Amino acid sequence: MAVVIIGGGQGGFQTAASLRAEGYQERITLIGEEAYVPYQRPPLSKGYLLGKQEQRHAELRPASFYEAHRITLVTARAVAIDRVSRRVTLDSGEHIEYETLVLATGARNRPLPHERVFYLRTLSEAAELRQRLANAQDVVVVGGGFIGLEVAAVARTLNKQVTVIEGQERLMSRVVAPVVSEYFRGRHEDKGVDILLNAAVSEIRENEVHLRDGTRRPADLVIAGIGVIPNLELAREAGLPAGNGITVDANLRTPDERIFAIGDCAECPNPFAEACVRLESVQNAVDHAVCVAKAIVGRGAPYSAVPWFWTDQYDIHLQMAGLPEGFDQVVTRGDLESGKFSVFYFRSGRLRAVDSINRPADHLTSRKLIGARAMLSPDEAADESFDLKGVLPPP
Amino acid sequence: MLGDNVNSLNMPKITYISDAGTSRTVDVPVGDTVMEGAVQNNVDGIVAECGGNCQCATCHVYVEEKFLPLLKSMAEDENAMLDTTASPRKSNSRLGCQLHVTAEFDGLVVHTPPTQQ
Repeated sequence: MAVVIIGGGQGGFQTAASLRAEGYQERITLIGEEAYVPYQRPPLSKGYLLGKQEQRHAELRPASFYEAHRITLVTARAVAIDRVSRRVTLDSGEHIEYETLVLATGARNRPLPHERVFYLRTLSEAAELRQRLANAQDVVVVGGGFIGLEVAAVARTLNKQVTVIEGQERLMSRVVAPVVSEYFRGRHEDKGVDILLNAAVSEIRENEVHLRDGTRRPADLVIAGIGVIPNLELAREAGLPAGNGITVDANLRTPDERIFAIGDCAECPNPFAEACVRLESVQNAVDHAVCVAKAIVGRGAPYSAVPWFWTDQYDIHLQMAGLPEGFDQVVTRGDLESGKFSVFYFRSGRLRAVDSINRPADHLTSRKLIGARAMLSPDEAADESFDLKGVLPPP
Repeated sequence: MLGDNVNSLNMPKITYISDAGTSRTVDVPVGDTVMEGAVQNNVDGIVAECGGNCQCATCHVYVEEKFLPLLKSMAEDENAMLDTTASPRKSNSRLGCQLHVTAEFDGLVVHTPPTQQ
């Protein structure tokens, strides 16, 4: 009896920790490629990059935790899974046998087809960026999503000249409504960030970035945050199905009943989406891990957690609950001018998602509303005098 | 070498008492949080699922009354989050991740709740 977890990120760590919390007594091996104890990534583009937090603040647990809980950390790359003999081959040539295998292989940064570009995903990359940022004056960020904008906010806070280059017509277009995109564009511009929309990089020179339309910007540091590619190769080579992510069922199990997949690399049915989804978030990784740990100890239940996300840029705290895909109506609660408001997404009159900007109470209530599939009308959502909790079922 | 005095100023002692009554006293660096002090020292009873981002309410603690005046008043997000704790919220409930340790915290006693999840 043994559980082997491939991937030492948030999901891999949580699986191991939750297994012990659930009373699992057998061997647990956590295989990670990075030479650090498991750490959380969110601070890397926020407090850590800004210099307000150090490595130890990002570490999920001290090294002694793994010893105390008999979790074996292995720093290696898993190169093959033999599903017949049930063993994982490492790049060292070593084999590790499993009873149950959890794939938490995560994702990697999508690269730009240019040299002289830096990326941010790992602690090593963050450490290098932090140093380079200190010596930079003109920073160009490619990509106006969460990571790009968080990095832009940090760079601007450090008083750098910052340009953000976004290919779409608005910021964070994949995840938020136009009203939220516009709000963030305004705040970044107020801070002095130069935001270029519908823009694409054609060339990156030593000290300059050229765009396709001929625009040029000085740049002594170019950072790209243009999305990720899930790490599916290991699963695919082992004959497991994978589309946009490793295909798993509602219990996060692959068609091989001894193998689960969780977090950024897994595509699974989600009760708050229309189809199977692959989500990239701390919440998704943690809740997947807890779900799988329970399944391994025989207390499994279909995954059903409400998705939520957050991003911090300057003093703007954006919290998102639910999945807005396919929304056909958006209403705003609160005043944009005040910097505290929430945006409610509806589809065919049903609440799908809520974005809260510096309105944490709305966010928490929204998680409950979405989880309970509460009937809230757009008019009620927009009416500040209407008590949102009033439409929640009694506890 | 730093004297004991200086050391205690930089590393205040914080005591965590579990619901079952187990007590652990650890040194926590100034600037770290009460949550981090527990996690870095493997103190049970603090889960900190979200890693200290005031997103999950699993670092809920009950602060011994006499220390309450030492604490900064809570921000809106901590107040909202405390309404979602797994164990009952009390007047001395705080989130450990929002309590940044200062030298005055030396001797602080917090109680961890029966459950965080």
